[in-house]
Amino acid sequence: MAIRPYIYINMETQKIIIIGAGPAGYTAAIYAARAELNPVLFSGPQPGGQLMWTTVVENFPGFPDGVYGSELMEERMKKQAEKFGTKIIAENITAVDLSVRPFKLTTSSGQQIETQTLVIATGASAIWMNVQGEEQYKGKGVSVCATCDGFFFKGKEVAVVGGGDAAMEEALDLAKFASKVSVLVRSDKLKASKVMQERAEAEAKINFVWNVSVKEVLGDGNKVTGLKVLNSQTNEESELKFDGVFPAIGHKPNTEIFKGQVELDERSFLIKKNCTSETSVSGVFAAGDVADPRYRQAITSAGSGCMAAMDAERWLKGIGDRG
Amino acid sequence: MELNLTAQNFDQTILQSNKPVFVDFWAPWCGPCRMMGPIVEELATEMDNVIITKLNVDEETEVAQRFNILSVPTFMVFKGGQPVDQFSGAMSKEAMKERIKKSL
Repeated sequence: MAIRPYIYINMETQKIIIIGAGPAGYTAAIYAARAELNPVLFSGPQPGGQLMWTTVVENFPGFPDGVYGSELMEERMKKQAEKFGTKIIAENITAVDLSVRPFKLTTSSGQQIETQTLVIATGASAIWMNVQGEEQYKGKGVSVCATCDGFFFKGKEVAVVGGGDAAMEEALDLAKFASKVSVLVRSDKLKASKVMQERAEAEAKINFVWNVSVKEVLGDGNKVTGLKVLNSQTNEESELKFDGVFPAIGHKPNTEIFKGQVELDERSFLIKKNCTSETSVSGVFAAGDVADPRYRQAITSAGSGCMAAMDAERWLKGIGDRG
Repeated sequence: MELNLTAQNFDQTILQSNKPVFVDFWAPWCGPCRMMGPIVEELATEMDNVIITKLNVDEETEVAQRFNILSVPTFMVFKGGQPVDQFSGAMSKEAMKERIKKSL
């Protein structure tokens, strides 16, 4: 396979740069490319986004038999974006300056690139439990990818921490391998959708532990041996034995590099104006999970990517070729 | 091009190399591993003071078990036949280069 060096197409100011390679980023790229804006897309640390961590996606419209997350992203969306001329650069954006026009972006290889419009589609990352022992045992029993690591827990007992759809999916995936899957839920009920709740409840290997929070990850120095948990009802701490721990407590938006430059809400999500993709900075548009604490679905992200590209096109037409 | 390790050539490669050896433990079902694939391939051409290798844990289960691999992708660096570093999870090429350099 030929290795392409990361030479930027040209060092002129771009019309539109998209940061992020999930459904939002790729859809924005497809629309921007077809509008002949010559989009450049930076795929960042997780090309393909959160869907790369799942197996079959059953609720993305157009796929009655489901589609593998990685297939949807790499073999379909990415290909479609490239087909219409998107330049995809496999680097991160490490800093931005949105106080100047054109906007200045710094890449992980230290290069600078300028653009008239920017689509932020950086998505969200899994939230860790942030308890003692978690960092030490990452990769040694603590994992955020059930589909990747379930294999290593054949016949073992594992814990999934969380009560939403992601936790249910992970528990069901793990039940294919583990002898026992315990779902540790902070309250006395699940936040997951009805369908996922019913599936998890019907699976014999899955049991639920209610009203517990994780206080510490326990191990023998080499790998995880269990969890110390606190029951919020009885106020009692106890130690539960597990060979693997899978936190699935939620995601936080990837907005660190935009702090202080674009308006964020109290949970650090990008704020969009009215029903558009416009942010507090004219010419900067937001799409996908990075600006969505409410829906966070592949299809809503893809839809918002389309909106961002259309808003960017409108913005560019409005000001002509200034800057 | 990175070297593919199997149970047959593993020990020989690790023990008989005069350069440090980097091993990418990966699995075909693992999305993040596939993300790392092209990155590891590029490292093989860019870092000539390390031998870049990969091992499919599904095909070479015994080797994976020997090193207590519980997660993929997991990366290990060997020097003089001994493991000197181990880390897991997808990361950027720059972050991986920095991490490998720490062991050199």
